[in-house]
Amino acid sequence: MTGFLTIVVVTLGVILLGKVLKIFELSGELRGADANAVTTKDNRTQGALVMLFGLGFLAFVIHQFYKFKDMMLPVSASEHGVQTDMLLSVSFWVIIPMFFITHILLIYFAYKYYYRPERKATFFAHSTKLELIWTVVPTVVLTTLIVYGISTWNKIMAPAAEDAMVVELYAKQFDWTGRYAGEDNKLGRSGYRLIEGANVLGVDMTDGHAQDDKVARGELHLPVNKEVSFKFHSRDVIHSAYMPHFRTQMNCVPGMTTQFHFKPTITTEQMRKETNNPEFDYILLCNKICGSAHYNMQMTIIVESEEDFNKWLEGKKTLAQELGGADVAVDAQPHADAAIDAHDDATTDSDSLDVQHP
Amino acid sequence: MAEHHDNHHHHPHHEEGFLSKWVFSQDHKMISKQFLVTAIIMGVVGMLLSTMFRLQLGWPGQSFPILETILGKWAPDGVLDPNMYLALVTIHGTIIVFMVLTGGLSGTFANLLIPLQIGARDMASGFINMLSYWFFFLSSAVMFASLFVETGPASGGWTVYPPLSALPQAIPGSGLGMTLWLVSMSLFIVSSLLGGLNYIVTVINLRTKGMSMWRLPLTVWALLITAVLGVLSFPVLFSAALLLIFDRSLGTSFYLSEIHIGGQALENVGGSPILYEHLFWFLGHPEVYIILLPALGITSEVISTNSRKPIFGYKAMVGSILAIAFLSFIVWGHHMFVTGMNPFLGSVFTFTTLLVAIPSAVKVFNYLTTLWKGNIVFTPGTLFAIGLVSTFITGGLTGIILGDSALDINIHDTYFVVAHFHIVMGASAIFGMFAGVYHWFPKMYGRMMNKNLGYMHFWLTITSVYGVFFPMHFLGLAGIPRRYYSNTAFPLFDDFIDVNSMISVFAIIGAVAQVIFIFNFFYSIYKGNKATQNPWKSNTLEWTTPVEHIHGNWPGAIPEVQRWAYDYSRPDKDQDFVPQDVPLEPGEEAH
Ligand code: HEM
Ligand SMILES: [Cu+2]
Ligand SMILES: [Cu+2]
Repeated sequence: MTGFLTIVVVTLGVILLGKVLKIFELSGELRGADANAVTTKDNRTQGALVMLFGLGFLAFVIHQFYKFKDMMLPVSASEHGVQTDMLLSVSFWVIIPMFFITHILLIYFAYKYYYRPERKATFFAHSTKLELIWTVVPTVVLTTLIVYGISTWNKIMAPAAEDAMVVELYAKQFDWTGRYAGEDNKLGRSGYRLIEGANVLGVDMTDGHAQDDKVARGELHLPVNKEVSFKFHSRDVIHSAYMPHFRTQMNCVPGMTTQFHFKPTITTEQMRKETNNPEFDYILLCNKICGSAHYNMQMTIIVESEEDFNKWLEGKKTLAQELGGADVAVDAQPHADAAIDAHDDATTDSDSLDVQHP
Repeated sequence: MAEHHDNHHHHPHHEEGFLSKWVFSQDHKMISKQFLVTAIIMGVVGMLLSTMFRLQLGWPGQSFPILETILGKWAPDGVLDPNMYLALVTIHGTIIVFMVLTGGLSGTFANLLIPLQIGARDMASGFINMLSYWFFFLSSAVMFASLFVETGPASGGWTVYPPLSALPQAIPGSGLGMTLWLVSMSLFIVSSLLGGLNYIVTVINLRTKGMSMWRLPLTVWALLITAVLGVLSFPVLFSAALLLIFDRSLGTSFYLSEIHIGGQALENVGGSPILYEHLFWFLGHPEVYIILLPALGITSEVISTNSRKPIFGYKAMVGSILAIAFLSFIVWGHHMFVTGMNPFLGSVFTFTTLLVAIPSAVKVFNYLTTLWKGNIVFTPGTLFAIGLVSTFITGGLTGIILGDSALDINIHDTYFVVAHFHIVMGASAIFGMFAGVYHWFPKMYGRMMNKNLGYMHFWLTITSVYGVFFPMHFLGLAGIPRRYYSNTAFPLFDDFIDVNSMISVFAIIGAVAQVIFIFNFFYSIYKGNKATQNPWKSNTLEWTTPVEHIHGNWPGAIPEVQRWAYDYSRPDKDQDFVPQDVPLEPGEEAH
């Protein structure tokens, strides 16, 4: 019933609008003018509206920067993030003035030069000097940004330190699993065909390096001020490991290993004080569309002192304890290399990661 | 060719059947109108889809009975289903990007303006031109039909990355819905190639006497380069789609490797989803310029005509179109900085990407200088063209941030990207399209659109565009990912609940504002005031054709071109415009 009524009302409205328009246009024609010709009054009004809306828009932009100031991410909790934040500020300081200068010119010109029959526009079709200026100036500014940007990027993407702690982040619809490499700081091989029962990561328990690996779900703990070298995997579709507080993101792609390394610099405790929020937690989100629960594929990250971290990690069972693969492995260890060859091609092994570096 | 044309004009009034005049027309003007009306219909569909998912984003989890009425089982109790949310986002993006802003924008204006502005009786091949439209129509129809599939339409985002798009186990939309998506896109690519080749051949071969390349209006330059971009890049998308079809249906492993899904290990090994991303973005980035360049060309024309001033730096404008087009083929990797591709490539793509800002800056400054000391007639078209300059600046500047690989790490795939591309591409291209429709409506339909409704339409539209997309920059900087069904799973994002509701309110205002346009458009086709031959006092050749459309465009000989298109307000002339077919006076210098 409401549907029907809506249709009736809308139809009547449209017809009414049509009639009003027609009357308006006819009355214009009676006065001998085309009702749709743009008049001097229109030009003045619209020019003034450009000014009004334009200033309103600029005020709105300033208001937005002000309004969101305190809602942005807190200071970077990773070492490289401090540098990218700096780069971001510099970039903003380049584009914000450009935004205001060009908009003020646009608004002012539109307002000032509205059509008046007695005026004539200035015939000005070309000026090599001006055109050179606005080719060269942006070129210089952009070259600076490019050099600054690329050098920051190269620093971030340089190979991880030898002693960085290796952690695997394993994505699947719709959760994350972390795997610590353990005492030997080497992840045991894994392969998607080995996924079975409790062995959700498909770790190859015949690999000696796998025995001391430890798995974390729900919460990922990291020691402060120690570089972490992440290896990312996915078992089904592309996911993306996004840790905004650490200014870190890397896709997790089935069939290959990706990596990223960073050094957390602020513990969760400190950040809670810093943000004045006792509930604050670092988070890992999925940032590549991956299915129905993409929006809720998360994990909490806890950064703590190395001591606390070690205590936490010690409390965890090793994979050998969890899956009971130790006896096989002791045997397999000396033949680790042979095992790689014998293994299914599809298996990912962390030694082949170097391919990713230039 | 010339003879063919002369034959043509001896019998311009031959009788036509209903079908060949209105449906299977080979006349470029009719085909242009067919493209436009189809695009408007698809535009309405795309916009309604976005309004539906904006309801969910603005008021997550709240019940909207209207959603259940429209979507049935996909919105039980009026709450949108997460899978359907992703499907709506996907089809919204696909329809707007391809059907409205590629097929619709190029199809309408290349068809209308290329022959009329270069002085040709029609496209090089009317038949191929007609096919181009009908492939476009079929493609739109299939895409629309996919909305009604039992398992839902394609849901992997408009970029449809595999494996998500390849495996129905991963998301229900990757079943029949995705198949239809691929069918529709394949038809679309055929349409686009047929159209593009025709546009290129026409511009190169059918220019009237005196119409040298340096006398082409900037609209034609833009449409020509757009067609070249399409012809060079759409085939690559086609290969990407073909390999995806193979992976989906024939069990190949181009994009699939080592997948364990639904409790089962798949046989595929050795493929790479990253290969798909490379192929997709090799089209994907030029695609954004395929969308944008026609809008920029229209803006050049509309701003110059209505400022009663020559476009400033004509050659620089052409040069920047060429530079942008060239660069657009070597920047695709900026969509892939965090895919794990070699970091060295990241540096290269940062370098090439930021270079794009140089020709973009040249264009902006040239528009500004064209307005400077002009005598600006504010038609609704002028307002939309000025609006485009604003959105192009706002959106282009944030490209400088996204193009920096080190910065993209933290904002890739967040709402910052959504803000960037909606403003720079979505809003700019739509504004360009509106500017074109208001400007050339008298040429297309022989009547005027109502100016006051036009003004209202513009002010409501630009207000809602910025109201919707400007705050999204900050959502992105705060770390909110795009393509999320709701942000409520993270307390971190609770601060933004009100912002999201406000954005949705603006989205609804924006949608309602388009009703004004649609009413004005269809009302004016039948009831608008009769147009005069050259209502905007413009220089270009299309305004020398009669108001009533005839086959072959000019009743007599095709006019010869004597000068460039931008002789507005010449100091040596009383009248503030000199059409392109007016001969130089003795002693007058050509520009
Ligand atoms: C100054 C020039 C520009 C630069 C430097 C630039 C840079 C970028 C970058 C780096 C991205 C990827 C961001 C990410 O996914 O993390 C991006 C996304 C995008 N840009 Fe631009 N852009 C520029 C102009 C344009 C223009 C003119 C258009 C359209 C006509 C456009 C349309 C898009 C689209 C559609 C996306 C989103 C793709 C997606 O991920 O779904 N950009 N831009
Ligand atoms: Cu995910
Ligand atoms: Cu791009």
